[in-house]
Amino acid sequence: MKEAQWREFGLTDQEYEMIVRLLEREPNDVELGMFSVMWSEHCSYKNSKNVLRNFPTSGPQILQGPGENAGIIDIGDGQAAVFKIESHNHPSAIEPYQGAATGVGGIIRDIFTMGARPIALLDSLRFGSLSKSKKSRFLFNGVVAGIAGYGNCIGIPTVGGEVYFHPSYEDNCLVNVMCIGLIEQKDIAKGTAAGPGNPVMVVGARTGRDGIHGATFASEELSEASEEKRPAVQVGDPFMEKLLLEACLELIKTGYVVGMQDMGAAGLTSSSCEMASRAGTGIEMDIARIPRRETGMTPYEIMLSESQERMLVVAKKGKENEVKAIFEKWGLEAVVVGQVTDDGFMTLLDGDKIIARIPAKALTEECPMYEPEATEPAYLAKAQQHDLSTLPEIEDCGQTLLALLSTPTIASKEWVFRQYDYMVGINTIVAPGSADAAVLRIKGTKKGLACTTDCNSRYVYLDPYRGGQIAVAEAARNLICTGAKPLAVTDCLNFGNPEKPEIFWQFREAVKGMSEACNILDTPVTGGNVSFYNETKGEAVFPTPVVGMVGLIDDIAKTVTMDFKNEDDIIILLGQNKDELGGSVFLSSIHGLEAGKPPEIDLQKEKLLHLTTLNLIDRGLLSSAHDCAEGGLAVAISECCISGRIGAEILLTEGIKAASLLFGESQSRIIVSTPKEKVDQVLNILSNAGLPYKVLGNVGGKELNITGTGWKIRLEVAVMEDKYREAISCLMNS
Amino acid sequence: MRFGVVVFPGSNCDADCFHVVDKVLEQPAEYLWHGQSEMKDIDCLILPGGFSYGDYLRTGAIARFSALMDSIREFGEKGGLILGICNGFQVLTEMGLLPGALIRNPSLQFQCHDTYLCVERNDTPFTCLYTKKQIVRVPIAHGEGSYVADRETLEKLEEKGQIVFRYCDEHGAATVAANPNGSQNNIAGIINEKGNIMGMMPHPERCAEDILGNADGLFVFKSLVKWWQEGGN
Repeated sequence: MKEAQWREFGLTDQEYEMIVRLLEREPNDVELGMFSVMWSEHCSYKNSKNVLRNFPTSGPQILQGPGENAGIIDIGDGQAAVFKIESHNHPSAIEPYQGAATGVGGIIRDIFTMGARPIALLDSLRFGSLSKSKKSRFLFNGVVAGIAGYGNCIGIPTVGGEVYFHPSYEDNCLVNVMCIGLIEQKDIAKGTAAGPGNPVMVVGARTGRDGIHGATFASEELSEASEEKRPAVQVGDPFMEKLLLEACLELIKTGYVVGMQDMGAAGLTSSSCEMASRAGTGIEMDIARIPRRETGMTPYEIMLSESQERMLVVAKKGKENEVKAIFEKWGLEAVVVGQVTDDGFMTLLDGDKIIARIPAKALTEECPMYEPEATEPAYLAKAQQHDLSTLPEIEDCGQTLLALLSTPTIASKEWVFRQYDYMVGINTIVAPGSADAAVLRIKGTKKGLACTTDCNSRYVYLDPYRGGQIAVAEAARNLICTGAKPLAVTDCLNFGNPEKPEIFWQFREAVKGMSEACNILDTPVTGGNVSFYNETKGEAVFPTPVVGMVGLIDDIAKTVTMDFKNEDDIIILLGQNKDELGGSVFLSSIHGLEAGKPPEIDLQKEKLLHLTTLNLIDRGLLSSAHDCAEGGLAVAISECCISGRIGAEILLTEGIKAASLLFGESQSRIIVSTPKEKVDQVLNILSNAGLPYKVLGNVGGKELNITGTGWKIRLEVAVMEDKYREAISCLMNS
Repeated sequence: MRFGVVVFPGSNCDADCFHVVDKVLEQPAEYLWHGQSEMKDIDCLILPGGFSYGDYLRTGAIARFSALMDSIREFGEKGGLILGICNGFQVLTEMGLLPGALIRNPSLQFQCHDTYLCVERNDTPFTCLYTKKQIVRVPIAHGEGSYVADRETLEKLEEKGQIVFRYCDEHGAATVAANPNGSQNNIAGIINEKGNIMGMMPHPERCAEDILGNADGLFVFKSLVKWWQEGGN
């Protein structure tokens, strides 16, 4: 074989030698193509698997941990929630609309493959500077439109997520999409090809030439030449997926399905060999029988196509016609292309001719695993030790607060979520922007699901271990603020090139931090996605391990939102203000500094905060609850005022300098408000729990007044609201 | 009162409408598949929101050729009650059962948010439980909801009082600022001359339960039941 070929496909010389050993011969073109996609980082996790073993993955609430198409958790009454997050970064950086749209399509398929009806989508997005970069505005606009175009059409509400802006994402934006589905536990389907003799069927859209080598493309750095890889970006058809979704759910109800899997990255190759590998079987398929929408496609192209909206179904023998009838009703094709075998081989035929024959496990389990070298990056010590004591005093705290409220990362994301249908399905109890997490009711019960995504990547950049801990803690805190008990995590780990020791160190440390927090907060990881090679021209994005979390509310009538509601309600801070400024948005956007140590976190205290807050909510004592996050105490209080369109009177007496007190991002803090007559009861519970707290003031009027030692903020809520709501649309319409 | 909810392959608010009829109104309901050609014993048809056949072409343009359409037309011509919501409204204009058309929002974006509507008529089967000029809050969720018609048609609609809902601000003024999608005359919903077919872009089924924070839309459905129970006058 020509030497250049395997290298072109992203395989090393050693890996090629391994393939020859596994096959006991040289691979042909088709086989080499299959190995190259299956052994790409995207499909094999060959660089990350050893580190991912740190994650806790089991618990009484976990019905399905990592290894399947999605994780599953028990939510009582024989019901379960199915959820997963996945990245579509590189396609979105090259073709934002289709890249994001097919990211949505892919994650939805992962959910209904398990037999669950998808009920909600969330998106965690990151772009370069909105004010300074036209390209960032172009990518942002296209990605949001792509998510809207797909999600709105298929009719799954996009209920939440997050959007951050930072120059490190300028060319390599991050698009992580999470989907949640609902299922009766008895209906859970899995991706296995069990039972030799059972028919293997391709259902849904026809196979075309789009997206060939998408998985390989995802496993290399972006460069100027990446533009030429636009053909590796697939094109989405949400209507087709809607048909596929309804047909698959109808099919699963019949009991004729043995196993089912989405054809995502690496298409037919990955779905077939993963299903066979999980069941310990083989699959024999005739390429000639696969429905195509183009003529003259080679077996290589058919096996590597990433055409969207296709599934591989292993049905019960003798039920082929019943399966076909269901798909025909929805105007779709279902074609028998082969059968399950007992020899453990992936055997591909083109008519009578064998064109590839590989042990299924050679493509999956036999992939070499690496433990890349890890070195602490040089920037870290310098950034952490930056002397923050020399910063000038703030001249006008009110103006600084207004400036932060109109910083795109903090400002209202209304421009985004108004483009998403967040209501279809009529389950959305808490609309985007009104609480720290989205809340969906489960029809026919009193229960609700709360969900969020979270990661402050600046913290991770400045201290990957602590940043990882905080990402998990903050996601959990978001759920707590609505009254939900956090149950489990799905994560999307976006990093640079793992072959660079500094990047791998960031990755390893972040995962360690996340694992510790998941352990202490009892939120095991059920799966997710690793996205490496998020680099352009050698520069990596901020390390961004996004945490997607799902929690359960026992009684949705008790759901709490963040807006201040009633005149004279008392405002209480749960937790403690500290003299910390490191890693804050204040430093970054006011002083242009990415420096300092991120705020400290004590996970035991965090847990106490969670349990105590849930107790207060359960007793119906709170009018509102809001997590203190980016922008610190002052921004959090402003958000409570803005969303409630009501003012507040606050007195801060701590002997901490204004910058840290107002805009520092100390962890484990929640701002709550409570009716006057319930204050004593609240304070009693807080004292008994041993949780530090501080009565800050009261709700009321049309202004936010914050008085400190030697400074004062006095702003009309309407003025703050204007800055907060208009910031992003102003930048996008300019 | 028996409701039929039409299901095109790309409908996505069919289950929501069904839920409101079945669980909130507690009236019998059935789904009507687009491929069937007959329907029986239906007292009110709902054409729900969604993307009927993907709507990559003009919204609703393909739906009007589906097998069920002849019976829907016949049902409407005989005076049967038909409510088209969002995509359903678009389909009704494509079928010619309602005048005008719905074109792309001037923002060129899909828009999903609450709007205020002024109830212009409360003597219709769809609105008899509202008061005249009542201001209600009902969300929109569409990319193509800008109502247009030629001048003659608009004048006729105004003259004959066929405009049932108009976008307005929270005080009831039909201003330009309160018009989310550039609809002519702030039109959010219209009725045919005979008074048995109504189309509206906002989604009343999305605000028909207190747990969703708003039940203003429920009265569209309750009005239908009241109208029918009182013999249709």
